Amino acid sequence: MIEQLSTYAGDIDNLILLMTVLVGFWFFAAEGMFFWLIWRFRAKPGVKSQYLEGHEPHVMKWITWPHGLILICDVFIIIGAVQVWYNVKQRLPEPDTTIRVIGQQWAWTFQHPGQDNELDTPDDIFTVDDLHVEVDRVYHFLLESRDVLHSFSVPVFRIKQDAIPGRAITGWFEATGTGDYDVQCAEICGIGHGVMAARIHIEDSEQHAAWIAASSAAQ
Amino acid sequence: MADTAVATEHVDHHAGEHHGPQGFLKYIWSTDHKMIAMQYLFTGMFMAVIGGYMAYVFRMQLAFPGISVPGFGQVSPGEYNALVTNHGSIMIFWVAMPVLIAAFGNFLIPLMIGADDMVFPRINRLSYQIFLISALLLLASLFVQGGGFGGAWTAYPPLSAVGDYNQTAIASSMWLAAVALEFVAFLLGGINFITTLMNARAPGMKAYDIPLVCWMIVIASILFMLSVGPLIAGAAMLFLDQTVGTGFYDPARGGDPVLWQHLFWFFGHPEVYVVLLPAIGITIDIVATFSRKKVFGYKLMLYTTVATGVLSFFVWAHHQFIAGIDPRMANVFMVTTLLISVPIAELLFVIIATLYGGSIRLKTPMLWALAFIAEFLIGGVTGIFLGASGADIYFHDTYFVLAHFHYTFFPIAIIGTFAAFTYWFPKMFGKMMNDTLGKIHFWGTIIPFNFIFIPLFVLGIGGQHRRIYNYEHFPDLSSAGQYQLRQVATIALLVMLAFQLVFFYNCIMSWWKGKAAGKNPWEANTLEWTTESPPPHGNWPEGLPNVYRGPYEYSHPDREEDYWPQNEPD
Repeated sequence: MIEQLSTYAGDIDNLILLMTVLVGFWFFAAEGMFFWLIWRFRAKPGVKSQYLEGHEPHVMKWITWPHGLILICDVFIIIGAVQVWYNVKQRLPEPDTTIRVIGQQWAWTFQHPGQDNELDTPDDIFTVDDLHVEVDRVYHFLLESRDVLHSFSVPVFRIKQDAIPGRAITGWFEATGTGDYDVQCAEICGIGHGVMAARIHIEDSEQHAAWIAASSAAQ
Repeated sequence: MADTAVATEHVDHHAGEHHGPQGFLKYIWSTDHKMIAMQYLFTGMFMAVIGGYMAYVFRMQLAFPGISVPGFGQVSPGEYNALVTNHGSIMIFWVAMPVLIAAFGNFLIPLMIGADDMVFPRINRLSYQIFLISALLLLASLFVQGGGFGGAWTAYPPLSAVGDYNQTAIASSMWLAAVALEFVAFLLGGINFITTLMNARAPGMKAYDIPLVCWMIVIASILFMLSVGPLIAGAAMLFLDQTVGTGFYDPARGGDPVLWQHLFWFFGHPEVYVVLLPAIGITIDIVATFSRKKVFGYKLMLYTTVATGVLSFFVWAHHQFIAGIDPRMANVFMVTTLLISVPIAELLFVIIATLYGGSIRLKTPMLWALAFIAEFLIGGVTGIFLGASGADIYFHDTYFVLAHFHYTFFPIAIIGTFAAFTYWFPKMFGKMMNDTLGKIHFWGTIIPFNFIFIPLFVLGIGGQHRRIYNYEHFPDLSSAGQYQLRQVATIALLVMLAFQLVFFYNCIMSWWKGKAAGKNPWEANTLEWTTESPPPHGNWPEGLPNVYRGPYEYSHPDREEDYWPQNEPD
């Protein structure tokens, strides 16, 4: 897996790990049984097949037991997935900063709140295809679209959310490390979909303050 | 459903060939179910070649961005989008459905239930003709001004609805009309399958004596009929948005783009089972024949299939977890989605359990049938990751999804088709296929197939998103290792495509010079093996068969032979 740079990236990866273990067990059990049966019951001269209906209790248990066990595995996966989902998508922790993310054919516009940390005030900083955030702060993003569907995806955060024209969808993240990473558009949005790339710059508080100051001076 | 079905009464009608169209016309104007099956089969295979060519072009672009692809030229972003869109549309709507349901449904249902033809032969002919028009319309849409439609096979509005956004105003309407016509064709075909199975069975054939492949095709037809209505309504609204400028999906005028997604996936998820069930039916019939075993739990299999079908109507929103639906809804749809793993696993367990105690012969059709199980399992288990909402946040629209559904659709549409084709080839053409060439083709397809899609799983886990024509704009997706994985996938595709030449060579040579097959080369039980190969018009010129037992009475302890045809009196 790629780097985990948000507070919930580890939770999502752990869920994936849990499923890999459970699903991997079933996969190897089924494939192992399958290939063993093919080898064990290969045609041999003079050996006739057995005549089994498949309704006999002593053979039915080979179906009903796995059936029940799969159901139990499903319950574990559901519990894990609901927890992660609730944390990432349903619950919105109080924000330290709110930004606006606007998708349009074929660029991302990012509206940062500026020095007053209030969105929709005159000192807001607008950038195209470059998102600047500070590490260890809870961000809310208000996701909008001006034309077609787009999808705001930051793989190192494990977050993804479609943008829909006519709606503002709120999501959140909190970065845990610094660096520059890809922001991808994950929903096909026309001819320029492949060039709708942006970068997220995760900065520590000094760098971020310096960036705000420099950008405010330039405006 | 009546316990004893009545055969159709028009045997006399079929007695003389002079009733039907003569000469070349019989190939395009025939009402014979076998001829219509061939028409569907060859149209589907032709479309598969086009879909494969598209895959070749865009995989070359992904592995070697910017090169001039031999046989195509340089790929522009618009062309790339049109290629991936039409590759998906063709492979699902113009390959998987016509071949698995229409071709094998048409060929097998009357022959397996002992009928002389479909109950509505002319509706059957109309079904193919509409299908052919839809295919031609789709192909024509690739050559109109602006190029082919490039809004993905899911055609989400507003991109698909507004010409200014997609820049392919003509092609998007043609694409949509082609899809809608294709649905009409399959509704007509489906009515025929359902009615024929219910009404035209041979005397003595009870519900549980019907071969499972027929049940599966009919259940698939029922699922299709029940799910396609909302999508046709949705398509009509989308067509109006495109052509007369209504605003059903335009939020500025009170519409909602997400509405289309609900209508599309309400159809789109059952559609997965519409094509899956015939492939499972084909597999179970072949596995029973080549392991000389009765199917393990016939009724269990049938009921499980019905349960899967019912559940499949309650899972559609797992395609939309992050599409802007109410986040609470995701929890409900995740539960239904994971529940469907139980009946699907059970279907596979039943097939695997059928091998137990068998006497397994690894002929070419059996290899394909077994490969279906081995490969589909990979598609099945990776689906769990996407059905679990928490993990889908990350995996949604990555190459993980792409690899997952190719591990379901490739076994269904390609492996399932080759299994059926090699198994029933002797019945269709009266000749045996070359088994050695068949096995070379088998391994030359299966091994490269895994080398195409396992690298794509790895890329998807690394965060690579779909439908991007050139990754050089994304620094995190441009490492040398990632390009190597893309190249492995592309080279494996080239190898796989090259091995298809073996298949075509084998078909032509076997048809031309192959050993005569006789009535029942595989020593199978079902009724299609009791008539000539290929069956004449009317299927059983000496009178339709009677049925005395179920289709899977292999290796019965009271008998010397290890098979017991359904039509043999006790």
